[in-house]
Amino acid sequence: MVTLNHYLVLSAILFAIGTAGVFVRRNLITILLSIEIMLNAVNLTFVAFGRALGAADGQIIVFFVMTVAAAEAAVGLAIVIGLFRHRESLNPDSFTSLKW
Amino acid sequence: MLFYLFAAVAVVASLLVIAQRNPIYSVLLLIASFGALSGLYVLLDAPFVAVIQIIVYAGAIMVLFLFVVMLLNAPHEETELDERVHPMMHPGAVRLGAALAVALVVELVWALTEGGGESGAFNSGAVSSVNAIGRLLFTEYAFPFEVTSILILVAMVGAVVIARREHP
Repeated sequence: MVTLNHYLVLSAILFAIGTAGVFVRRNLITILLSIEIMLNAVNLTFVAFGRALGAADGQIIVFFVMTVAAAEAAVGLAIVIGLFRHRESLNPDSFTSLKW
Repeated sequence: MLFYLFAAVAVVASLLVIAQRNPIYSVLLLIASFGALSGLYVLLDAPFVAVIQIIVYAGAIMVLFLFVVMLLNAPHEETELDERVHPMMHPGAVRLGAALAVALVVELVWALTEGGGESGAFNSGAVSSVNAIGRLLFTEYAFPFEVTSILILVAMVGAVVIARREHP
């Protein structure tokens, strides 16, 4: 029988995958995709808890998270386009002008 | 069991997103992962979330990503991990990461076995109608909803300003 714990474990695994992607990959677009994986893992947690508690609030929070994710994707990709125009590269290691 | 099928698809697709060198394949695999998550939302009696997951996430946000990947026509990642200079390959960092990974695995096993306390079985009462969600969204959550519209407006203007060429 599938319980709340199963969903929480799946969510933790997905979140760990997303975190690993942010740290390991050297490509700005893949890093943004990893952030989307993490946001979706959290969404799964919200929906599973909402189901367990019999409340609709979890689904409403997911609605807001998706809105924020859309805004983040739009601004993030605009920044990626600007950076690529500047350096002809997507490697985050090549953007070190602000490093002290 | 449908849960295990969807969970396996989501985890494998997410792993491949991380493993792919070509960003286009990463984006397409992430769409597959979102499809599996949408199936999980259906299993959780949340059809509204499942539908907007497909429409908004897979349909709008991922297409935006795909558009940017194709627009930039970026070169593939040059080197995966340059072990001499990469700070992630510092011995202390590797040891800390291994410790954290072991801790995570122990916690996951503990949560799935009897040690995790009450099993968290789902009760029968689930709120799944779009009617109830919409009613809650426009009464109790009306203020966050309106703030969201401002957020979208700011993001829209910001994206246009950032991506614009300074000297056309």
